[in-house]
Amino acid sequence: MGIEEKLPSGFLLTTVEGVAGYARKSSLWPATFGLACCAIEMMATGAGRFDLARFGMEVFRPSPRQADLMIVAGRVSQKMAPVLRQVYDQMPNPKWVISMGACASSGGMFNNYAVVQGVDHVVPVDIYLPGCPPRPEMLQDAILKLHDEIQHMKMGAHREVQVRELEAAALTATPVEDMKGLLR
Amino acid sequence: MTQTTDKVPTDLPEREYTVQGGGDWQTILPAPEGESERLVVNMGPQHPSTHGVLRLILEIEGESVTQVRCGIGYLHTGIEKNLEYRNWTQGVTFVTRMDYLSNFFNETAYCLGVEKLLGIEDQVPERAQVIRVMLMELNRISSHFVCLATGGLELGALTAMTVGFRDRELILDLFELITGLRMNQAYIRPGGVQQDLPAGAEKKIAETVTLLRKRYKDTHALLVGNAIWMGRTVGVGYQDLAACMALGATGPILRATGLPHDLRKSQPYCGYEDYEFEVATQDTCDAYGRFLIRLAEMEQSLNIVEQCLDKLSPGPVMVADKKIAWPSQLAIGPDGMGNSLEHIRHIMGESMEALIHHFKLVTEGFRVPVGQVYSAVESPRGELGVHMVSDGGTRPYRVHYRDPSFVNLQSVPIQSEGGMISDVVAAVASIDPVMGGCDR
Ligand code: SF4
Repeated sequence: MGIEEKLPSGFLLTTVEGVAGYARKSSLWPATFGLACCAIEMMATGAGRFDLARFGMEVFRPSPRQADLMIVAGRVSQKMAPVLRQVYDQMPNPKWVISMGACASSGGMFNNYAVVQGVDHVVPVDIYLPGCPPRPEMLQDAILKLHDEIQHMKMGAHREVQVRELEAAALTATPVEDMKGLLR
Repeated sequence: MTQTTDKVPTDLPEREYTVQGGGDWQTILPAPEGESERLVVNMGPQHPSTHGVLRLILEIEGESVTQVRCGIGYLHTGIEKNLEYRNWTQGVTFVTRMDYLSNFFNETAYCLGVEKLLGIEDQVPERAQVIRVMLMELNRISSHFVCLATGGLELGALTAMTVGFRDRELILDLFELITGLRMNQAYIRPGGVQQDLPAGAEKKIAETVTLLRKRYKDTHALLVGNAIWMGRTVGVGYQDLAACMALGATGPILRATGLPHDLRKSQPYCGYEDYEFEVATQDTCDAYGRFLIRLAEMEQSLNIVEQCLDKLSPGPVMVADKKIAWPSQLAIGPDGMGNSLEHIRHIMGESMEALIHHFKLVTEGFRVPVGQVYSAVESPRGELGVHMVSDGGTRPYRVHYRDPSFVNLQSVPIQSEGGMISDVVAAVASIDPVMGGCDR
């Protein structure tokens, strides 16, 4: 007996955005973009114990054209960056990017000639996930947060308003270097 | 070759299609004569069955492969260069991220090198050596599990993947218990290991070994003799002893030709001469033989871990020399992990000398005498060697890794030219390259 049995009768009202967001978030298809150590943790997240299938996303798509989430798992070298961008461009809209691990987010401990200092130099990132490597639970948490974001994503004209609001909010937000005190 | 006209010539042969999007190659390079079936295909660097970011440049005629070349470097991280700017102890944190599936081997090879340069090989405590061996053997099992899992995934055997990752989690739990981290531990340090085993670790290890033995039988039953698995791997990726010698291939590839070459036996380190184990060999020279060797090695590793548990006797886990031993005495306090209160009390209130050592070691590091050294260990993929040069400072002058993934990847052409495309996948999976180690 599910929720539908409890409903009074007749019809149910919701918004197109709500339905679309729900549909989108419940079947995210990640593209396999494993690069380094983090990729092993990403595979572990997909495997038995952590079981991404619970969130409708165990199918890692080998082809970017069938995927709408890119989990950049690992360090992005200068040689890999154009490939990464090409794969991103091949993914159909709407698409999201999780930058998994310290390396993908900021270059991590490799501040040198070879590693791109953050994948956001190449593609827009929705979620930054710290850790070296992040535990599978952390990746799941990031994915659930992304689900939440997708659920509340507006569409069409509303989206434009939302983007403008978000930008205005970002302009007045406290810059990172002014965030003082303990991180808690 | 230099014919680069803007105008498209009109007397072109029939149109060819290339993989890289555009069809304008004819304007740059005319098609070779009489080879209309020949096709150059790029597989990777972003491809689900290339075992990481490996790029394979295949020349194919129909379904058969006439030429293969590997394109590497897509994961080049500059770790060797970074090492030159960090002190000798910090280096461990970097090398552990090279071949991320066999991190304890990277750390041990590095630390053995530093210890040789310092001339303190004999002073490393027995307990530290036993812990090193135990972690390395557990690591070998987990690495072979990943090889099995990803190799299975690439050949379409999804159950092998779930089974491999399921059992690997058990070992990662042990790593987490002992070192605090699942991967990239930086636990083995020059002079010993970072911390002693936590309370109850030995019991947990023994339990896990028992459980792994039980599950090992399942893995065995699942794949050994499995008709589909054998169909994909028997006779595939053939490489005989002469080819291995010419290309410097080591590890399961070499042992699949029947030569029982294993550095643990031929030039023991960390006290491997005191353990009883067999070097697994096969004489089939093919991918199936390598798979069988990995399975057998996992069982041998379980034996070694059990012997380690018997050998563990109480004692220090770091050299006594306070000028080298890292002063890490970690403990969990109310605000998280940090230096233990006793250690702080000791250096702040009791011993000026201890404070000086702590300060010097942490800010500058120890100095290593001038010289160079090569140290090698038997990693799951073959001979993992480190060549390090010191100019007498607190940082390495140069550290170079001879990574087995890099050397073994040379075998891809000899193993797969003349075969089918699908056999390339099986051959690469049986080499088990880890691109992090190959490109560093
Ligand atoms: S963040 Fe750490 S674990 Fe992830 S790719 Fe970088 S070095 Fe590896």
